[in-house]
Amino acid sequence: MQPLTSYSISRLQEMFARGTVGPVEVVRAYLDEIDSKEGAVRAFIETSPDQAIERAKRLERLDPKEYPLYGVPVAIKDNICTSHLHTTCASKILAGYTPPYDATAVSRLLDAGAVLMGKTNLDEFAMGSSTENSAFKITRNPWNTDCTPGGSSGGSAAAVAAGMVPVALGSDTGGSIRQPAAFCGVVGMKGSYGRVSRYGLVAFASSFDQIGPVTRDVMDCAIVMKVISGHDAMDSTTLPGNGNDMLGSIDKGIAGLKVAIPAGMSGWGMDEDVRHSMDDTVKFLETSGARVSQVELPDMDVSMACYYVLANAEASSNLARFDGVKYGYRAEAATLSGMYRASRGEGFGEEVKRRILLGTYVLSSGYYDAYYLKAQNVRKMIRARFQDVFDEIDIIAMPTTPTPAFGIGEKVDDPVAMYMSDIFTTGANIAGIPAISIPAGLSREGLPIGMQLIAGAGREALLLGAAGALEKNCRFRERCLPDPRRWGV
Amino acid sequence: MITGKAVYETVVGLEVHAQLLTRTKLFCGCPSSYGAEPNTLVCPVCLGLPGSLPVLNREAAGMAVLLGLAFGCSISNRSVFARKNYFYPDCPKNYQISMYENPLCTNGTAIIGENGRRVGIERIHLEEDAAKLIHDDNGASLVDFNRCGIPLAEIVTRPDLRSGKEAADFMIGLRQIMRYLGICDGNMEEGSMRCDVNVSIRTEGSASYGTRTEIKNLNSFRAIEAGIEFEIERQKELLSSGRKVIQVTNLWDASGKRLVAMRGKEEAYDYRYFPEPDLLPLVLDETLVEDAAKRMPELPDPKKMRFQEEYGLSAYDSDVLTSEKGVADYFERAAALAQDPKTVCNWVMREVLGEMKRTGVTMARFPVAPESLAELVILVKDGTISGRAGREVFLEMSATGCAAAEGMKRLGLEQISAPEKLEEYVSEVLRENAPVVERYRRGEGKLIGFLVGEVMKKSGGRADPHAVNELLSRKL
Repeated sequence: MQPLTSYSISRLQEMFARGTVGPVEVVRAYLDEIDSKEGAVRAFIETSPDQAIERAKRLERLDPKEYPLYGVPVAIKDNICTSHLHTTCASKILAGYTPPYDATAVSRLLDAGAVLMGKTNLDEFAMGSSTENSAFKITRNPWNTDCTPGGSSGGSAAAVAAGMVPVALGSDTGGSIRQPAAFCGVVGMKGSYGRVSRYGLVAFASSFDQIGPVTRDVMDCAIVMKVISGHDAMDSTTLPGNGNDMLGSIDKGIAGLKVAIPAGMSGWGMDEDVRHSMDDTVKFLETSGARVSQVELPDMDVSMACYYVLANAEASSNLARFDGVKYGYRAEAATLSGMYRASRGEGFGEEVKRRILLGTYVLSSGYYDAYYLKAQNVRKMIRARFQDVFDEIDIIAMPTTPTPAFGIGEKVDDPVAMYMSDIFTTGANIAGIPAISIPAGLSREGLPIGMQLIAGAGREALLLGAAGALEKNCRFRERCLPDPRRWGV
Repeated sequence: MITGKAVYETVVGLEVHAQLLTRTKLFCGCPSSYGAEPNTLVCPVCLGLPGSLPVLNREAAGMAVLLGLAFGCSISNRSVFARKNYFYPDCPKNYQISMYENPLCTNGTAIIGENGRRVGIERIHLEEDAAKLIHDDNGASLVDFNRCGIPLAEIVTRPDLRSGKEAADFMIGLRQIMRYLGICDGNMEEGSMRCDVNVSIRTEGSASYGTRTEIKNLNSFRAIEAGIEFEIERQKELLSSGRKVIQVTNLWDASGKRLVAMRGKEEAYDYRYFPEPDLLPLVLDETLVEDAAKRMPELPDPKKMRFQEEYGLSAYDSDVLTSEKGVADYFERAAALAQDPKTVCNWVMREVLGEMKRTGVTMARFPVAPESLAELVILVKDGTISGRAGREVFLEMSATGCAAAEGMKRLGLEQISAPEKLEEYVSEVLRENAPVVERYRRGEGKLIGFLVGEVMKKSGGRADPHAVNELLSRKL
């Protein structure tokens, strides 16, 4: 018999409906996985086994058929508010903080019958690409515990990759769902900007942030997207509509779609194995009836510069509220400004402080036009360029990252090198368009390689359909699974 | 050597913050009301808790548009909220959501004072109010977030005001208009209307401006006038003695009538404004603005003119009656029912406003309805009761809220004009005052007044004096 923790959401739903298994049994099975692997993977900041069992018991009295995520264990990135669990953003400044409310995405999961298993680790305030910038722990890549899981949603990606949960929520500001999903061999998606409510997501860069799912396959991803998507009266920037058509094109495949490959990919410092994976993808696309062409995308270096100016500007303002006055870490000092300085100086980590300083600088009088305003104009140009591209084609296909997972400690002293691991992902955030990473194969070192598909704004259903087809071709889960010996079990 | 004394001109510009009378706060559903227990009217949004997001209350935008239209401003069809970044415990996010580069209303004109001076309105925009800080005796500061997030309209004038008096006049006019529009109660003492002023002086005729200073904490019309005059004198002294004015922000201390320095130019904040990414630009389509224009009530100045033309009232009476929209409405309703605007005007000016002043009751809660006043005016006019009795009835109505007829009955004040009864009083008075009657008949004609008075006394003031006069003349 297959282990209980291996089933997809739809398979689990069938089993629940037939009564062959109950939520308590499933939740217990996943808690066992967490127990045995957490020591090596360190994906969670907090787990909630007792609450999870309690909730599973309550669910047993309800009708499975009425809840699309009935009994599905989920983990939540710890920068998404949960009213019964701490929400720390992996920062000392929020250690011990419990919000008085659930994020909209969390309450939608709960309303759909999901069971919260705990809060996953991240780079502090989602600032980083390796989950090494956490005030509490360093998460390890389940495929090789000497490697990082990527970031900032590294805890979510690692937890799903290690089989500790079937579903986790992450947040993606410049690639923070897709890059760790690629590093950990799982599916990670961010929708169009405004598809999923940001209410309750502790803001990093408001005009880029999106919550999205990390799952084992594209179908699970679509099911979760359907649950968490849709207009929210609490977030003015959400798109209209309920986002219900996530599964509308899931079986349509990729034949007949116009797929573009970015021109000039050789110049991006791409790892050889990643290039092979890309070549395989192109071959598959050509043989499966897609019309493949090349397309000129906005300059990646320019995108990165634009992203880091604007995201840090917004972050410098968003993180101003952490001042020791009302909640979180507070240092004692003789004066108000002394208290501010000490609380923030001691409460924030180095990378967060670096970004606050950069963001404050680019908004300062005398520099605003040269940095912030110019970056806003660049953003408009990048958006317009993507719009033009998507007037002609349906999907852009490219690797999610230039290299597979890098080693722990390898890039911590070189922030710019760290930033460059997001070079392929920030474009979708700048343009506010949906993008997904799916595992496409393994490098010679046995590390996953992610392939990214990007679609035009509002075209999540089409994107998920194409991703499903590519996934079927890659047969990643059938071929590759993380080696359990690495977790010391 | 300077021989003559330089003649200086005062230049004043105002920044007014007016709390809008919306039901809920600017960006969340918390009630925007006063007097509740501290920190009870709060939620994650107005507390700025991590992860919370603002959602615009469109009622506030409607009110600001109405105010803009009242001053003839152009209304932007696309205005942009911006973050104003500064650290202070009254600001839970450490940025205030305001408007900066694309405000809601621009380029309006206010007309102030008796000679109708035109004052430019540079802009009107929306922003959120800060929390209230309370400093206790132990040196601790407490924060009440109930006020945090209440919508403010910020009204910025051009530097067109030329004295403290003009600044106060502007504020009085602004308050009157906002009350007419029902968008702000304009209570400066309670802080629902606040004013920061920028003051500078220049030699008369100069085209450029002098260095300006800012005064805060001016929480009455008197304080505005006094604070500005104080500052002008200070600046004049500096310039006359060859010194310079330095850019500072001062707080007005009304009790000591002095200015206390708050911060200098070098301490000025860099607010690092940038567009608020959590809110979409506020887009107003034209029909929405046109609809608002249609809902615009008649404003004080046009109403005053109309009262003079339509009802033939004096400029003074019209001014008093239109000072508050409630009073003007009251007058018009009563005047229409009684069909006698001038008489009703007298009643409102003397009795109604007198009672309001005496009891401190507002128009909205005044116990005598305009319908009742009209009824009373008619009773007096048709002679059912005398004018003096009418005033007594009015006091009864005002004290108990009863109708005119009821008040009259309660006081037993129905006028007596029945001939038999009057005849009886007159005969008695003539009999009891035979010597006076004798003197009257010998030519002391003015003694008839005394006799009328005697009859009135006998009737307890209820006799119709005209009828009595007539009857006495006949009998004598």
